[in-house]
Amino acid sequence: MSLRRPAKNQPENFEFNASSLEAAKSIVAKYPEGKQQSAVMALLYLAQKQNDNWIPLAAMKHIAKFLDMPYIKVYEVATFYSMYNLSPVGKYFVQVCTTTPCMIRGANKLVEACKEKISEHESVLSNDKSCSWMEVECLGACVNAPMMQINDDYYEDLDKEKTLKILDKILNGEKPTPGSYRGRVNNEPENNRKTLMDQKNA
Amino acid sequence: MLKDQDRIFQNLYNDLGPDLSSSQKRGDWVNTKQITDKGRDWIINEIKDSQLRGRGGAGFPTGLKWSFAPKEVGSRPHYLVINGDESEPGTCKDRDILRFEPHKLIEGCLIASYAIQAHVCYIYIRGEYFVDGQKLQAAIDEAYEKKLLGKNAAGTGWDLDIYIHYGAGAYICGEETALLESIEGKKGQPRLKPPFPALIGLYGCPTIINNVETIAVVPTILRRGGKWFASLGREKNTGTKIFCISGNVNNPCNVEEEMNIPLKELIEVHAGGVIGGWDNLQAVIPGGSSMPLIPKDKCETLTMDFDSLMAEKSGLGTAGVVVINKDQDIIKCMARIARFYKHESCGQCTPCREGSGWMWRMLERMAKGEASKDEIDMLGDVTKQIEGHTICAFGEGSSWPVQGLLRHFKDEIKKRNKFDPIVRENKNIPYLVDQHLLDKNA
Repeated sequence: MSLRRPAKNQPENFEFNASSLEAAKSIVAKYPEGKQQSAVMALLYLAQKQNDNWIPLAAMKHIAKFLDMPYIKVYEVATFYSMYNLSPVGKYFVQVCTTTPCMIRGANKLVEACKEKISEHESVLSNDKSCSWMEVECLGACVNAPMMQINDDYYEDLDKEKTLKILDKILNGEKPTPGSYRGRVNNEPENNRKTLMDQKNA
Repeated sequence: MLKDQDRIFQNLYNDLGPDLSSSQKRGDWVNTKQITDKGRDWIINEIKDSQLRGRGGAGFPTGLKWSFAPKEVGSRPHYLVINGDESEPGTCKDRDILRFEPHKLIEGCLIASYAIQAHVCYIYIRGEYFVDGQKLQAAIDEAYEKKLLGKNAAGTGWDLDIYIHYGAGAYICGEETALLESIEGKKGQPRLKPPFPALIGLYGCPTIINNVETIAVVPTILRRGGKWFASLGREKNTGTKIFCISGNVNNPCNVEEEMNIPLKELIEVHAGGVIGGWDNLQAVIPGGSSMPLIPKDKCETLTMDFDSLMAEKSGLGTAGVVVINKDQDIIKCMARIARFYKHESCGQCTPCREGSGWMWRMLERMAKGEASKDEIDMLGDVTKQIEGHTICAFGEGSSWPVQGLLRHFKDEIKKRNKFDPIVRENKNIPYLVDQHLLDKNA
């Protein structure tokens, strides 16, 4: 289990803005009547998007009211799932996969790069408070290892140098292009493709 | 090697585009009505004849699973739930289906929903695949627009709505009952079975849960016939499977191949060989991190299917092949996997919650050579205490890789860990020393 605690400094209030509210209503409509609690995960995600990548306790209370469910149930969900950030992580949240398939292809070099560019320790904001990094468990892009995720996007086939360049970009406030950084097409065996050649040449 | 025309996922590498019109050119959504017109029993029997086994890891026969759904819809509606919470280290096949072959999945959902009489289907996608989920959503929207979903979907007379539900980074939600809890808006902690989800599942209603790949191959099987699918591979291990080959190989890749393909062919032909040559191979994890590793000498002749891997005391799992060469420290690799399980345990059952951390800490010390000889057997004992003593299969999943390490690399651990706790110099490490054996006056 991972231990997760809410941040010490919490904002007083939280309310969905107009666009989140609209999205929230359409999400609730996906589930059968009376089962609106199912929407709690998606709503927490919306709150996280709206609130600079993290969920304050006020947002959990707001969602509990919105879905007519006990606050503690929302709190339980928010603290159980690791993708909900309970303290500020910055505008760019860098997650480096270090599970075995990435590890044996050099994920520790990516961690070194993050330590150099962002902050010495994980989950600590950079000097300009714009980003933070953390080691995470398998992100499910093992054939493109090593890789990392920045906000919603995957950055694949990396090494230390490429990671440093990507981090430089986000520290300048730019969004780097997601995808493979070795010019590789999706998950095909690089320069060694033996299957579906008709499609490739079509 | 499998012939190209027998590959189900023609767009695995996105050469042709994932949109509806390109998918239709590849044969998706053609004559869906003709399939459903043959009736539920025909569909389920054809899937049974194909001997399709679930692609999510456990390998349960799909046709049999579908036949567990009640024949008549009672007061409670039926649900179809698709498990796309792909989080097993070494596995990344469902992601490619979601982003490149979404229409195979959507059509499969329609046919499966018809077979089990569900009008609502939830596709559970892990939260990290948000971008890929958006691509699937675009495909679903396109299908609604062309009347392939919704009322009288694709002219079959069957109404179906498909919704995507995103997870939020919990490996355990890949377990089917934890996944249902998660859709219900709770912590993803597995339920006791029985009752099985086929009778009491989502919202207490009959629910069939299948992996993304399982459902995505269904339309092709029904078009080409269960016999065709059963002619590939071998008895009880039929058809094709997407293998993900990662780790220390020259060209890590996803590739669709026939079941029962030799492991060596997968690695040498498709993945461009082991880095440093075949002799540099140390071990292979054949089916995602939960499956015990297999040392090099057995890899020569190993074939990749459910039963032949079971005979080697491992398993096909999700077919995520992780190749580890001799440049890697095998104990460290397993310690990292143990850390993964320690992090992902849901905390419901004590043996798993405490044991997974225990295994991780012991392995970390063993990697550094700080453990004693006795601890090696103790580690084996810990794995036995977890295995079979938990609600879900996570207990097995976390202890099997450690057991695999102990089975095949015990000598390596013994060589490195010669630490003797009962000597005077170590009395500063109280938790390692049998204090009562020390001479108090010394």
